[in-house]
This record gives sequence, C-alpha cells and structure tokens, in this order.
Amino acid sequence: MSAVAHPIVDHNVPPGEPPHIHHMDTPTAYGAAKLGMWLFLGTEILLFAVLFCSFAVMRYYHLAEFHDASKHLNLWAGGFNTVILLISSFTAAVAVTKAQKGDNAGVVKNFGISIVSGFIFLLVKGYEYSEKAHHGMFPFVWNSDFYHYKNFLGLYFCMSGLHALHVVIGMGLLYWYGVRPAMNNRFSGKYYTPVELGALYWHLVDLIWIYLFPLLYLVG
Amino acid sequence: MAHSNSHSHGHEEIGHVVPESTFLKVLIALLVLTVITVLAAQVDLGKWNIVGALVIASVKASLVIAIFMHGKYENRIIWTYILIPFILLAIMIGGIFTDDPFRSHPLPFGAQGQQESAPAAPKASAHH
Amino acid sequence: MAAHASAAVNEELNYLNWQKGIWSWLTSTDHKRICFLYLFTILLFFLAGGVAALLVRTELAFAGPTIITDPHTYNVLFTMHGVFMIFLFVVPGIPATLGNFLIPLMIGAKDVAFPRLNLLSYYVYVVGALIGAVAMFNPIDTGWTFYAPYSTTTGTSVSLMVFAAFVLGFSSILTGLNFIVTIHQLRAPGMTWMRLPVFIWASYATAVIQTVATPVVGMTLLLIIAERWFGAGIFDPSKGGDPVLMEHLFWFYSHPVVYIMVLPAFGVVGEIIPVFSRKPLFGYKLVVISSMAIAGVGFIVWAHHMFVAGISDFSAKFFSIVTFLVAIPTAIKVFNWVSTMYKGSISFKTPMLYAMAFVFLFMVAGTTGIYLAMLGVDVYYHDTYFVVAHFHYTIQGGAVIGLIAALHFWFPKMTGKMYNETVSKFAFAALFFGFNLTFIPQFMLGMDGMPRRYYDYPAEYQTLHTISTIGAYLNGFGYTFALANLLYTALFGKVKAPRNPYNSHGLEWQTQSPPIHENFAEIPVVTEEPYNYGTPTGRGH
Repeated sequence: MSAVAHPIVDHNVPPGEPPHIHHMDTPTAYGAAKLGMWLFLGTEILLFAVLFCSFAVMRYYHLAEFHDASKHLNLWAGGFNTVILLISSFTAAVAVTKAQKGDNAGVVKNFGISIVSGFIFLLVKGYEYSEKAHHGMFPFVWNSDFYHYKNFLGLYFCMSGLHALHVVIGMGLLYWYGVRPAMNNRFSGKYYTPVELGALYWHLVDLIWIYLFPLLYLVG
Repeated sequence: MAHSNSHSHGHEEIGHVVPESTFLKVLIALLVLTVITVLAAQVDLGKWNIVGALVIASVKASLVIAIFMHGKYENRIIWTYILIPFILLAIMIGGIFTDDPFRSHPLPFGAQGQQESAPAAPKASAHH
Repeated sequence: MAAHASAAVNEELNYLNWQKGIWSWLTSTDHKRICFLYLFTILLFFLAGGVAALLVRTELAFAGPTIITDPHTYNVLFTMHGVFMIFLFVVPGIPATLGNFLIPLMIGAKDVAFPRLNLLSYYVYVVGALIGAVAMFNPIDTGWTFYAPYSTTTGTSVSLMVFAAFVLGFSSILTGLNFIVTIHQLRAPGMTWMRLPVFIWASYATAVIQTVATPVVGMTLLLIIAERWFGAGIFDPSKGGDPVLMEHLFWFYSHPVVYIMVLPAFGVVGEIIPVFSRKPLFGYKLVVISSMAIAGVGFIVWAHHMFVAGISDFSAKFFSIVTFLVAIPTAIKVFNWVSTMYKGSISFKTPMLYAMAFVFLFMVAGTTGIYLAMLGVDVYYHDTYFVVAHFHYTIQGGAVIGLIAALHFWFPKMTGKMYNETVSKFAFAALFFGFNLTFIPQFMLGMDGMPRRYYDYPAEYQTLHTISTIGAYLNGFGYTFALANLLYTALFGKVKAPRNPYNSHGLEWQTQSPPIHENFAEIPVVTEEPYNYGTPTGRGH
C-alpha cells in the first residue's frame, strides 16, 4: 500500500459502511456530493459551450470549407469510437446498480470495461491524429494545401483534444474512486457515492461526444 | 452482502436502483440512433442536415442524462443545475447571433481576404 | 433568533488557538482559518495593484513623460493594475474571505460542505498567482481584457498570464460550487430559505455566477493560447477568425463577473444597515429577489461593452435595451437600504459609515452606468475616462468599500478584539474623500474626451489630472491606514470583544468571539425571521 492514505479505502470503517464525516450526517453528505458533482459537470459543459459557440460562428463564416474539411475526417474511426463510448457508458451505469446491490466484483468488472474502452478510444483517436499529421493537417505541420480547412481543423483539434483529456481524467477517476475501493469491498447499498460520481463523470464524457461526433464528422 | 431487492423502500438504501435491463434497452436505443444519424447525414438536406443531427443528438443526450445518469430520479434543485448550462449555451449562441449575421462588414478587418486571395502570413496554395 | 448558547464552553479555546503553528494554519480545513489565508494573500495583491495604480497616476500627474520614460512600461503598469486587482483581489475578494468565514456561521453549520475542496481552492489560487508572478518576467501589455488580435500576436508572455487567469478561475469555480452546496445542504434546523440573511442570498447568487460563468472565460483564455501556439484560426482575423467573437466570449463572463464582485458587497450592506438603524430590513423579499434577478439579468447584457467594436446595429440596440433592465433590481436595493434607514435610530459606527458611503458611491456608479448603457451616448464615452471613473465607482466604491466595511463589521467576531473607533473613522474620512477626489475629475476628463490607457495628454487636461493624482494618493493613504489599524488591533489590541457587540440578531453573533473550531457548541435552532429589530416579536430594541 502506498504511504498516502486513500480517501475511501483507508478509512477506519468496516467495509460497506459510509465514512464518518464530522460536520454532516450520511444522507446530507450523499446529497451534497451529488449536487456538487452535477454542478461540476455543469461547469464542464460550459467549458465545451465556448467551443460549440465558436464552432457555430466559424461555421457561419466558413460554411463551404467546413463541409469539405469534415469529409477529410475518418468517419469509420469516429463511428467506431462513438459505439465504444456508448458501450462504456452503459457499463458505467451498470456498475452503479452493482454497487447499490453490494456487488463489488461487478463494480470492478464493469468499470474495468469502461476503462479499457477508454484506452481503445484513445488509441483510435491517436491513430486519427497521426493520420492527420501525416497529411499535414495538424498543428505545427500544416500543409499549405489545406490552409482553407484551418478554421475547421483548429476547432476539431481543440474540441477532440479537450475531450480526449477528459477521457484520460475519467479513466483515472473510475480507477481511483471506483475500481480500487471496490477491490477492498468498500461499497454497499448504504455507501456507493464514489461509484455514482465516477459514473456521472464518465457519462459526461459520453454526452459531449454525442454532440461532437455529428458536428465534426457528419455535417461539418 | 447481497441485499434483496429492497429498492427505495428500505431506509438503508439512499438512492434509486435502476435495473440493468433498463440500461441495456437504452444502450440499444442509443446505438440505433447513432446509425440513424450516420445514415441521415448521407442524404443532402441542405441546412436541415445539421438541424436533424442536433435533434437526434439531443434525444440521445436526454436518454443518457435521464436514465444512465439517474436524472429521472433527481430532485428539482439538481434539475435546475442540469438545465442552467444548456440555457446559458443557448443564450450565448443566441446573443452572438444577434451580431454576426447582421454586421455591415461580415468579418471586420478584411478577414475574408482569405477566401479570395491568400492572406499575408503563411502563403497559402502558392506552391501549386 | 434563538441560539442555545451552551454554558459548557471554554471561552479561552477558539479556532485561532486550538491548534498552534504555521503548519496548522496552512493545512487547516477550518473555513475560518481559510478565510485568513485568503485575506492575507489577496491583500498582498491589493497592495501590489495599488502601487501599480499610484505609479500610473504619478505618470499622469503632469503632461509629458514624468517618471516612466516609455509607453510600453506604462501599458505594462496599467495591465498589472487591472490583472492584480480583478483576478487576484476583487474576484476572490469578499466571497473567498468573508464568504468563507460567514456562510457556515450564518446558516448554523459546522463548516462548508467540502472543507478539503475549500483548502484546495486556496492552493489552486496560490498556484495561479505564482504562474502570474512568473509571467511578470516578461510582463504583458494587453490590458486585463486580453483582446485579440493583439493578445494573439504580441511578444509578451500572454500565454502564461492567461493560463494563470484560467487557474485562478478554477479556484473561483471550486469556491462557488462549495458555497452553493453548503447553502443547500447545511442550513440549521428552522433556517428556511426566507429566513436566510441577505448576505447568504447575495453569496448564493454570487456562487452561481462564479460556478457557471467562469468556465466560459477559462475556455476562451485557453483558445487564446491555442491561437498563439498553433494558429487555431478562431480569433485571429488574418487566419479567418473573428476577434469580436473573442470579445463576446470574454464579456459573457466578464460582465457577470462585476456582479461576482459587487453582489457580496450588497449583502454586506444589507447586514450592516439594519443593525445600526435598529429596524428590520425594508422589503426583505424584494432584496432577495433582486439579488437573484441581478445574477440572471447579468447574463444577457454582455455586449454593451462592445458597442463600438464592430458588432451589428441590431445587436447593439438589443443589448442596449436589455442593459437598462439591470437598473431595476439595483435601484430596488438602493431604495430598500435607504428605506431601512428612514426613521431608524441610526448610530454612526465605522461599519455604518462605510455602508452609507457604499450606498452613495454605488448610486453614482449606477446612474453613470445608465449613461453608458445608452447606445448614442456610449459611442462618445466609450474608452474615455468616463468609463474608467464609472467602473471604479462600481468596483472600488462598491466591492472594495464593501469588503472594508465587512472587515470592520465582523472584525470583533473574527479576532475577538475591538478596534479604535476614532482612528478607523479618520481613515474612513481620508479614504472616502480621496476616492471622490480621484474619480470625480475623471468623469469630467472623460466628458472632455480624454481617452483611457493613454500615456500622455494635451495641456488642457492638466488640472484635472493633477487633482486626480492627489486624490489617488489620499485614497491610498486611507486604505493603508484603515487596514493597518485593523492589523495592529488584531495583533496587539487589548480591548476584548464581547460575544455580540452590536446587539445583532445574526446567528454568527450568538456563538463566542472568536468562535470555536466547529462554530457552535450545539447546532442552533432558528425560530425567527432575520432582522427583527425593534419589532414586537423581536428580542431587540
């Protein structure tokens, strides 16, 4: 075990019992955690809102270029990634139900699938990026032939890059707050807050992609 | 450890337990909607393409929020804070679009020069 | 409000001395200690920003180069003034200090909902401040607004500075989020929404804006970095981007941010005036509604900062009209404060003087704001000293005076000591007189056409500029004196503060001064409406 105390695993409470919080009771703490998480997800949506807004304005000015440029994205890779993320979101949702039933092994399995899906998503994304770099449609190696697509591609890299960063963060959260405590039989019907919050975050990653996929790959 | 299905009645439980079969149905619906989006995009409907794509995406997003994220079972406060970001996004785009389409100079400072002739900085298409 | 003051409290043990050593302060998750961490840090930047302002004013005291020999240094100095004051001082200002200290106390809670997150937000702030400090090695000259395309092309360290602002924004988000959850979840029994003190309502409205507006500017700033690093083509017109889009996105946050600054000050004034007038707050419900209305309306008026930026006529007219809506809730507030004082038995203690100064200064700010909301007038006043004077009346006369008022009002609770009334009144006089002497001439300069951010000016502006500079020094002296008085009293003061020196009904006054670590020996039960001063049901007189 690492020297740093794990916030959930290393509490001096028996497995399945909620941790003792000195300034509020358990239902209050559960409600607070959930409201806090939803507020945080709201800030994440607003972070992406700026990109969606910029997308709308840039698309208004460069409609033809956006149409053409989006055809240069790999639709099969994007579609595959969409399916992967939807499945991972499904397993994340199932993990919450497993935790509520006290099935810690189920949490490990389902969050595990979500994390692996995240890896696959990132691999495909990396393949797409390297393909773009190869063709000179990438920051720092712009090919002047594709200069007209720069507004679209600039937004594409900002949006998909920020999204990929969220995938990485989400994988970390699922492992640290879900898988690891679950391996210590931490969760039960009385206490599964971290699983639910981790899953919420992962669903957000999926939610953003639901909009990114058609905007970037399909209609441009 | 295995609690019998005591759902929301047992006061031990502090949240709604959604059966896994519901999640599976939602997943199938999401996958079907994805296929529909891709197929719809192959037909040229002019500006209705993006409208359709966004409508389908919003249906998918609503499913994810309501079922996967347990939004259906949350209280009014959480719903308020789920809706606020979307309202603000609408205000943001709405407010900005009172501007751009109505400008007397569509893009200020000669930015549209890019379309007609290559801009000053990295010379575009000069190597043809 | 009936708080059960437990007898079995050791009056000697409080949050200040229950743990000892600097380390116990730096790692404390006690909201009251985090208040002090924030307070000292932000006052440091208040000092730095103030010095920058005085250097700017010294340069402008006389036409021609005075103490600064090149315009670039001048641009750097006013940018430093703006960035320090806005991002590092006024935005965290009241929420992170007094909001932290008071919210749990006022709603009868032991701490905020997420104490560790609270401490984290402080250190995120420190990291942001340090990044900003590193950026000072090649200081930026864009002004605090980072307008494109200058910010995307200038050679100064804009990327580092906007990243610092992004990190600071993250700290602001965490604070706001924490407060929203705290107010929702941790109110004491009987503390219904309509019994909340108006400071809590104001903090709630502020927290909502902090949480939902800050991500917008954060992403906009990251896009500036993207533009600088790899030419994303979003804001830079030479790459097909739209620089006005950057202004839209920037003001979408930065207009609501002025309400982040001033709303808590509204709350502070709403607390102080009833206590020193011995009357209930006039129109409590309207004060509450107007706080929330200001937060809401604040999101639909942003483009009034951009009337001359090349936006469409339609857009300009639309945003001009909706901007007038802001006047309604703010006027309601002023009306309520004045009506509260009407026929009250007013005692002119220092906090009350600051609160009354606030009402006066904010009225000037509000009415000149109406000028600027008017499209036809703003075209002429835009980017003149009229705007400079207007927003200093709002931000300094509103937010900063509000902070100073709050520091005086809650000082006995925070430190357990009483400051010297005579000294603090003297400081107030210098500060108030100096402030008006600085900025009334600037209104006149602006009406005469003096543009802001200029390094030099023709001789006919000389007199007003000189008067303004004299006022600035007096103003700076006033602040230094007022804060030094408080600091001295906190460290060396002898007069102990009683539990409730002003005979206030607020929950925070029902626990000992200074409070114990977890605020209340026993969680209080609230049975009364707030501000029941001088009424038959109230305990007050």
